[in-house]
This record gives sequence, structure tokens and C-alpha cells, in this order.
Amino acid sequence: MQNLKYVLLLVISLLSTLAQAQVLTCNNGLMSFFSKTPMENISAVNKKVLGSISTVNNTIAIRALMKDFSFPNGLMEEHFNENYVESEKFPKATFSGKINEIVDFKKEGTYKVTATGTLEIHGISKPRTISGTITVNKDGSIHLVSEFPVVLEDHDVKRPEIVMMKIADKMDCKADLTFIVKK
Amino acid sequence: MKKLLLIISLFACSLQMVQAQDDLLSSLDKENPIPTDEPVTATFKGTRIITGHSVENMRKRHLDFLISHRFGKVSDGAYNFYGLDQATIRLGLEYGLTDRLMIGLGRSSFEKTFDSFLKYKLLRQTTESTPISISLFGSAALRTLKYTGTDCDYLNNTDRLAYTGQMLIARKFNESFSFQITPTIVHRNLVETKDDKNNVFACGFAGRIKLSRRVSFNIEYFYVIPSTKSPNTHNNLSMGFDIETGGHVFQLHFTNSQSMLEKGFIADTRGDWGNKDIYYGFNISRTFSFKK
Repeated sequence: MQNLKYVLLLVISLLSTLAQAQVLTCNNGLMSFFSKTPMENISAVNKKVLGSISTVNNTIAIRALMKDFSFPNGLMEEHFNENYVESEKFPKATFSGKINEIVDFKKEGTYKVTATGTLEIHGISKPRTISGTITVNKDGSIHLVSEFPVVLEDHDVKRPEIVMMKIADKMDCKADLTFIVKK
Repeated sequence: MKKLLLIISLFACSLQMVQAQDDLLSSLDKENPIPTDEPVTATFKGTRIITGHSVENMRKRHLDFLISHRFGKVSDGAYNFYGLDQATIRLGLEYGLTDRLMIGLGRSSFEKTFDSFLKYKLLRQTTESTPISISLFGSAALRTLKYTGTDCDYLNNTDRLAYTGQMLIARKFNESFSFQITPTIVHRNLVETKDDKNNVFACGFAGRIKLSRRVSFNIEYFYVIPSTKSPNTHNNLSMGFDIETGGHVFQLHFTNSQSMLEKGFIADTRGDWGNKDIYYGFNISRTFSFKK
């Protein structure tokens, strides 16, 4: 009995070590959002988005720091951080979820995928299914592209207004990340 | 016993790995901790607290077209529509060369004055390691109003320059309260009477209280060292509101000085709050971004 336990644990730990090796990560992903408004368009880009994909569990996680979003207009950036997303209280936006489709991460190719999980922005988590495209490259890296809307009200973010006129209720978000094998 | 230890260690090891596997997100956070010692932003909402400069700069490659108005004295009464008949204006162009260095040029209708300034952010407050922000400010103002008397023609030459040097020391105590102390020296090349000193020393005290997400209340006071103060001048006291309208900040205020330049509102404030010599004024600005 004692022996069996020992063997079992050994197998589990070996398996998990194996699994650990199959996490691909990204540390310079792109995320941007855009909203067309009658006065001034709202747009920002974050070039320091982190992500990881586990090819064994078919799971994905993405993290963007709010302060890393850069706006063409500096005052707008200040307002974004101070009044809308409250970056000091809620420094990050995250998504973690499971990829619904079966993707052969060992084979080159392009796959349309969806991931179901939790999107957290401004401290408020919402269950979401987000679609995107995964491309498995020759060198084993994974390229993910996704476009999805974020409704501000869902995350308790106040709608931006100019002269008392509310001008945007959702942001069109884009993500572009390349995951490589962890060294 | 050895075996048992081995089992425990293996178990702990595998548990840790399984957990990391289960939660990609927490391992992302663990490997990339969120930086905590970040520069503090929005100590004040504009480059001016009211009339005086704040520790805030224009951002790199941002140009601000600043239009400031001061109306006449409320104490002038109904005949001058409580001051609204007599507006003075300063038009300014101010630009951020870097995130730390800004330059500005302006022209005030009051005494037909041209001014230029430099402001440099020496130290930036951060959330943990640095408790205060310090900026250095230097300006030159040239009064070009023609002297109408005949006795001293020299008053018409460029000796009418005045310089100001300031050290701006500010701290954002929390989300809704910021405070600034501003030691100041104003040097006037030429003064009109023997009783006016060439060097005027003063210290400014200013605060900002955030009333709501869009509105803050500001107050500013300049104490002039009495021995350097010109006769019939008063210490400058101003209060006002910053109102954020989307991408802009609108400032409106009440002050006892009509001049919008340091040599005027610090060294030569003629109004007296006790006398209801209150000037109503506002600043509006439009910022253009040339950021690539």
C-alpha cells in the first residue's frame, strides 16, 4: 500500500513537471481599444501585455496593467487612470479561461477559437466567451488575435462625457499576442 | 522515515506545480509583480493652481493654448457691471519639451506685458519612496506700457524687466488633498520709487481639495516678507474651482490681483479682500498633442 502511494505521487509530480513545460508565455503583447465619438476619438495602446497558454489544459490567461495604456492625448490618459478605471485601486485587467475548441498545438495551422472564462476590469468580473484566431507557427510559437467589445457599464466604468454629453458606452478592444515556450 | 520525507517533499512539490498549472493567472502575477513605486499623477489639475504655477507640467510634445481672463473689481459696482466691463487677458502658448521640462510664452493686456518662462520637474513624488515633488520655475516679464510722464524717460526702456525664481514643493497627501509650498523671489530691474525694493521675497501656500470626480476647490496665498513689500500692496489671496470637462480643465476663480504674472500678483497686488477688491477670472485651455 505504501509503495503504491509512493509510485502514484511520483507519477503525479512527473506529470505536472511535464505539464509545466507546456506553458507558453508572452510578455510584450499588444492590446488596444478604440471608440469613435462625435468630438474626439478615444484610443489607447498597451504594448506590455502578459499572457500564458497551457497547451495541456487548454487554458489561457492574459494580464494588462491599466497604467501601461498609452493615449495620444496625455490629459485623456490622466483622466482614464484617475477617474474612469481608477488604476491605483484596480491596477490590472485580466482574462482567464478555457479554450473550447480542440487545437493541435503541435501542428502548424490556423484555428478559429473561443475561450470561456472571466474578464476582470475595474475590479469587476464578468463571465465572457471571447472569440479569436490562433495560429500555430513552425517554431512552435502561438499567435493569438482577438477582437471583442467591452461594455463600460458591465464593469462599473462611468461613461466618458464631453460637456454633459455621454459619448461612448462601449470600447472595441483588440488583442495581439505571440506566445513562446518558456525558457 | 526517509521514505516518508521523500513522499512529503514530492507531494508538496507536485501540489505546487498542479496549482500553478491550474491558475495561469496567479503565476503570471507571481512572476511579474505589479510595480508599486509609481510616480504620483494629478497632484494638481493644471499647470496653474490659480494664478501661481503648480508642480504640474505640460506633457512631452503637448502644446497648450491657454487663455486667462481677469475681469475688473467687483467693488467697482453697478456702473462697471461689477467688473465685467473691464476684462484683461493673457494669451499663452506653453509646450512640453520633455516630460520634465516645459517652456511658455505669453502676452498680457494688463500693462502690455510679455512673459516667458521655464519650468523643470526636479523630483517626482512616487507612491512609496519619494514623498514630495519639487519643480524649479524661472520667468522674465517685460512691461511695455508706455510711460506717459515726462520726468523719467528711462522708464520706457528695457530696464522694465522683472524676473521670478520659484521652488515649487508639493505633496499629494491622498486622492483628494494636495498641498504646495512655493518660496519665491521676484527681482525688478527698475522700481518706480525709493520705497519699492528691487528684490521681493515671498512664500506661497496653496491647496487643492477634490470635491467630486470632476470638481476641485483650490486656494492660494502668497505671503510677502514685510520688509521687502512695496507700500500699498497686499498679499495675494485667491480661491477657485477646477472643473474637468472631458479632455479639458476649466478653472474659475476669485482673487485680489488683476495681474496674472508673478511680478504682478506676488509683488504688486493692489486689491484688498476687506475692501471687496475682488477680481473674477477664468482660465480655459486647449491642448494639442504632437505625440507620435
